[in-house]
Amino acid sequence: MRPWWWPVDASIVMRFAQAAGAALAACAVVALTLFSSGATAQARSIALPDLRSGSTYMSADLRTMQGDDFANPGMLWVEKGAKLWNTKAGAQDQACATCHQDAKISMKGVSARYPAFDNKAGKLLNLEGRVNQCRTLRQGAAALPYESEELLALTAYLAHQSRGMPVNVSIAGAAQGHFEQGRAQYQRRIGQMNLACMHCHDWNAGKRLLAENISQGHGNAYPAYRLEWQNAGSLHRRLRACYFGVRAEMPPPGAQELLDLELFLAWRAQGLAVETPGVRR
Amino acid sequence: MADARIQVAAQIRRGEPFEVKVIIRHAMETGFRLTDDGKPIARNVIRLVTCHYNGAEVFRAETSSGLSANPYISFFVIARDSGELVLEWIDDTGVKGSERAPVVVAG
Repeated sequence: MRPWWWPVDASIVMRFAQAAGAALAACAVVALTLFSSGATAQARSIALPDLRSGSTYMSADLRTMQGDDFANPGMLWVEKGAKLWNTKAGAQDQACATCHQDAKISMKGVSARYPAFDNKAGKLLNLEGRVNQCRTLRQGAAALPYESEELLALTAYLAHQSRGMPVNVSIAGAAQGHFEQGRAQYQRRIGQMNLACMHCHDWNAGKRLLAENISQGHGNAYPAYRLEWQNAGSLHRRLRACYFGVRAEMPPPGAQELLDLELFLAWRAQGLAVETPGVRR
Repeated sequence: MADARIQVAAQIRRGEPFEVKVIIRHAMETGFRLTDDGKPIARNVIRLVTCHYNGAEVFRAETSSGLSANPYISFFVIARDSGELVLEWIDDTGVKGSERAPVVVAG
């Protein structure tokens, strides 16, 4: 069996060989072996030129739909989020805009850095968690449940402000442990199908699973409008769908397991442009 | 959940048709689905969509289940005078929604 650290696409190694000769290639293999023991945590999982957003696996029709800001149904949530941003809520009677002013300026590039470790809260927060932290601590309002209209709208609106900017999360410091957990989860076989994330999204990306194209599994378009759902949905909903697909027990949305996985996925997608609101099958 | 988006062409000339694009946020519950504990979910789809252009009805659609959630509708209207498009719809539960868009006719 191929060890987990061996590249799916051996051409990564081969390109090295062509460029630098066989001797250097041997060094590259040695370097990869070292990487497997955790010697260089900053190395990429997928080489930058090979990184492909989920939208590149879609049909031309769907890509057009995503690219057209009117036809893209996800924009309904973005617009609703803009309204909520300026709506006062909670005991403190404050809107998001009261502190953060214009999201187009203050929130530009923010979602590309999430999930991030929050020192005050002492835990890893994704965008949903951050919105709810603001609601409970600053606005004195109740936390919004996952997949609620309001939370989807707000997170879609926030992530939309970073559209086109590269995903760039930090896995240094306190986030390191969560990152390692996320990576372990990504590589762990689960469910009756006994499959790990990587078996589809690393080893078989670009191939087909019945009628579906297998993508590299990046979360850069979420919250996204999924035609199957006929609704917008969070990344955690999408991850749960994968758990369902391999017939594993689904963690509840917002579970630590999913948060860690989200951090690992974001690190894995580093350099991909944010596409929110994406359109997906 | 009664919001919608309307888009009319940027350049509209008198006497010529222009496209109106509409997207309405609605779950379009078919009535065929069940909840997790097996109870049927009541049907709730948009029944009627109308569009008035300066008071005159220019578009009417009687819709039913079979239309996707968050339906996208587009149609053409012949430009007469500058004014306003008023889109209205009503669903099975009697909830009405409306949205307006200005029309600026050149020439």
